[in-house]
Amino acid sequence: MEKIKSLDDLKKLREGMQAKIKLRESGNNAENIVRVKVSMSTCGIASGAKEIMNFMMDEMERQAIEAVVTQTGCMGYCYAEPTIEVTVPGHDPIVFGDVDKVRASEIIEKYIIHNELVEGILPVNYRSIDI
Amino acid sequence: MKNIALHIYDLVENSTRARASHVTILVREEPVGDSYCLEIVDDGRGMTPEVLRKATDPFYTSRTTRKVGLGLPLIRMNAERTGGSFTLTSAPGSGTRLEAYFVMSHPDRLPLGEIDDVLLMLTNSYPNLHLVYEHTTPKGKYRYDSEEIREAIGDLLASSKEVRDYVREMISDNLKAIGAEP
Repeated sequence: MEKIKSLDDLKKLREGMQAKIKLRESGNNAENIVRVKVSMSTCGIASGAKEIMNFMMDEMERQAIEAVVTQTGCMGYCYAEPTIEVTVPGHDPIVFGDVDKVRASEIIEKYIIHNELVEGILPVNYRSIDI
Repeated sequence: MKNIALHIYDLVENSTRARASHVTILVREEPVGDSYCLEIVDDGRGMTPEVLRKATDPFYTSRTTRKVGLGLPLIRMNAERTGGSFTLTSAPGSGTRLEAYFVMSHPDRLPLGEIDDVLLMLTNSYPNLHLVYEHTTPKGKYRYDSEEIREAIGDLLASSKEVRDYVREMISDNLKAIGAEP
């Protein structure tokens, strides 16, 4: 049987990646980062928000988009879960509802990269606050 | 919820909203006693007796964004319909303890599900939360500690899929090694 992975192996993996990280950190500019918040309450989790969060994290990395993907609480749109809030630098946050992987790809491709609007934007005059 | 891991994800969010800084999750498989137990203990601000009484009422929530709160009622329902039990103990200032007992062999007992993914996401999303997950089976015990992971890899968790996949694999391999039910 293959050896079970341990914390020590994890540390080794990290050492091997140091060079790559430094490169990325130098390009880190808080104001130019895309922010994605995935709504993760009972309603969101039950509708598959975890898969969307994984997908967004993986895709942002794959397409080399400077982004922070985090989770947030229920925004009150339980009927439209999974919902995500996307903040592109210089723009107000926009909330998208009924996000599946197809729609998530569309949001990345059209809204985040090309700044075109995508169907399925929840009509909200909504401001996010830090709790 | 489809599985216990998703319930854990959901319930730990309650703890973080109660400003917990430590959450301990215990899963115990006891095939001899036909018992599968999930226990979540946090050091959040706790609940008053009045709130505690209403906590498993689906039409009660402490949120203002909506009028229903289904997290606790759902786990209670899932435990009770296997013939198991559910208890919630809490007091203001001394945190909350949740215990859900499932009858292990009951066909309605939820599978564990993708716990590796859930622990990873929680570790990544709540950098200030100390999360411990302990899974015990007759064959042994596996302990996951979010601090250890953060110490080993820093913020690579958020930025590298390779690291995330590695941590997932580490958790699921260790659970397999103690013969944890999937």
